[in-house]
Amino acid sequence: MSLVELSHVVKRFGTNTVLDDVSMTVAPGEIIAVIGRSGSGKSTMLRCINGLEPIQDGRILFDGAVVNDPQTDLRALRQRVGIVFQSYNLFPHLSVEKNITLAPRVVKNMSESEARELAREVLRKVGLEEKIGAYPDQLSGGQQQRVAIARSLAMRPQLMLFDEITSALDPELTGEVLKVLEAMAGDGMTMLLVTHEIGFAKRVASRVVFMHQGRIWEEGTAAETLSAPRTQELETFLSAVLH
Amino acid sequence: MIREFGFIDFMYLLAAARWTVALSGVAFLGGGLVGLLVALMRVTPLAPVRWLATIYVQAVQGTPLLAWLFLFYFGLPLVGLVVNPWIAAATAFAIYAGAFLGDIWRGALAAIPRTQWEAGASLGLSFLDQLRYIIMPQAVRIAIPPTVGFLVQLIKNTSLAAAIGFVELTREAQITNASTFRPMTVFVIVAAIYFAMCFPLTQWSRYLEQRLHVAR
Amino acid sequence: MGYRFNFRDVFAQQDFLLEGLVLTLQLSFVAMALGLLVGVTGAALRLYGPRPVRAVVATYVEAIRNTPLLVQLFLVFFGLPSLGIRLDATTASIIALTVNLGAYATEIVRAGLQAIPRAQIEAGVSLGLSRLQVFRYIVLMPALRVMYPALASQFILLMLATSVVSQISAPDLFHTASIIQSRTFRDFEVYIVVAALYLALALAFRLAFAGLYQVAFARR
Ligand SMILES: Nc1ncnc2c1ncn2[C@@H]1O[C@H](COP(=O)(O)OP(=O)(O)OP(=O)(O)O)[C@@H](O)[C@H]1O
Ligand SMILES: [Mg+2]
Repeated sequence: MSLVELSHVVKRFGTNTVLDDVSMTVAPGEIIAVIGRSGSGKSTMLRCINGLEPIQDGRILFDGAVVNDPQTDLRALRQRVGIVFQSYNLFPHLSVEKNITLAPRVVKNMSESEARELAREVLRKVGLEEKIGAYPDQLSGGQQQRVAIARSLAMRPQLMLFDEITSALDPELTGEVLKVLEAMAGDGMTMLLVTHEIGFAKRVASRVVFMHQGRIWEEGTAAETLSAPRTQELETFLSAVLH
Repeated sequence: MIREFGFIDFMYLLAAARWTVALSGVAFLGGGLVGLLVALMRVTPLAPVRWLATIYVQAVQGTPLLAWLFLFYFGLPLVGLVVNPWIAAATAFAIYAGAFLGDIWRGALAAIPRTQWEAGASLGLSFLDQLRYIIMPQAVRIAIPPTVGFLVQLIKNTSLAAAIGFVELTREAQITNASTFRPMTVFVIVAAIYFAMCFPLTQWSRYLEQRLHVAR
Repeated sequence: MGYRFNFRDVFAQQDFLLEGLVLTLQLSFVAMALGLLVGVTGAALRLYGPRPVRAVVATYVEAIRNTPLLVQLFLVFFGLPSLGIRLDATTASIIALTVNLGAYATEIVRAGLQAIPRAQIEAGVSLGLSRLQVFRYIVLMPALRVMYPALASQFILLMLATSVVSQISAPDLFHTASIIQSRTFRDFEVYIVVAALYLALALAFRLAFAGLYQVAFARR
């Protein structure tokens, strides 16, 4: 059974149709790279999946629950879906530890000592255990992004959504973040990631989805889709990204 | 009978300043409660609640404080309460300060990027938990300098309570002036007392403001 | 709870209300014009004047901003006569309001002038513009644009604050209330009507200022 299922999803901002009849499925353990030009609706798709944006038509299922049903408990759902943004969005007034433990403490009523142990564990996964007491503005961009990943992991999500999480980083810092993603892939995490790192997508993703003008224009295994595009649009896109 | 302005008059003025402080304190507390409610009403997802709060703020900010003082002074007896400058003044000031503080605090809440709310929502926090753990702590830092600045306005404006016979510093000055007839002396001293109360707060507010900008 | 409202007696005094309204508007406009003049002069002296003058202006601004308008008004109206300067209530009101607004305007104008980045001024100078030309073409409009909203809300605050002149019996809108009150004994209704009139004035001012902004600063 699939973990996520989008069927005929339509999303509009006013009269601007941003997702146009989008259908796809994500099986547990799959790693899907979403690529496409700016404005093609990649971020919007991710935000719809965890209910940050309402949709106008179609249906989104997560683990059997209808995300776009007003009856659905979005808070419960979001605890099982992690999302990491391009701009990190760490809480600047909280230390790294508190950034991570806030949701487990408040949402899951975890004890302080248990939460601290959890913070150490997820920080170890992203290689930042020694930064547990630091504040976000004392960290580099790459470190902040890894903390953001750790913060999501602390909720023990079944699905992780990544929205261009390396776009604001230098190549060097990008590398350290991608390494964390590869490790998570090795752990069997289901991931949907919007990225411009084609090489990384080829190496890690099981499937690639190319979005164009709010539609899924082309999709397939990473190896095939990226080395032998079937549409002119994907070919143009790839040559632009790869210079 | 006219008598000389003496040291004792100065002491009376100084003593009257404590009612200025007391009224300012009560107004700030009452206004703070109202203001908190107003600020929260203005960030809720419910549109009618937001409008209600907006109308309140606009109405108060569009009318003179003196009008509120008189409205409560003459209005409270109509609902069976005795004419009491304390109650009338405290109510009027709470209404007045609530609108201004509510506006200041709403601005501070609005200054926190939407992405902070979203990050909280994505972690499964409820609206109130997002507000409490993520938005409020950041907004408070932004809100403190203008809040202290408003406190200065409030202290100065308590002088208007003299108009409904509330004996604070300005009213005491009028009384002293009537018996000593030394307006220059009396009002300069009174101005100096207000200055002594307000200037440190003004400076503090400025210092906090600067520190906030440096920290960014 | 058996109170019966009676607004008819109050509205019967509309001539009075109108007279008061007119004086309130006159006071507001005169104080705005003079206060702005003081503000521009004050800001210029505060920024570009000789050191002692700068200190004097700074002291003026702090003294005014940290004391109540009502006390300033009493000083002018009751205090100055003891120095041999006699003033009627309206003149005293205009002086106090102008001095008061002038201090706030000084700060607003100063902040507006300082908001223009030095680099822009230097860019102008390096293009060979004279000091006056730099001011006219580079500093003036952006600075006005920065000041405008603050000045507009200060003006509205001033218009509402003119009500304190009723405390020295200058016959403004607010003072009218106490006269009508003594004739009709309709205290509560009088103040409701007067408050509503101020609210209408404040809204009208805000609309007018917003319109003026469009005319003056809308990007073409
Ligand atoms: N909150 C919003 N209100 C109105 N329009 C929006 C909003 N968010 C996104 N859009 C529009 O939706 C379209 C798709 O935006 P989206 O952010 O999903 O694109 P994207 O593929 O993620 O692009 P990028 O690579 O630049 O991040 C764009 O045309 C954008 O202008
Ligand atoms: Mg995007």
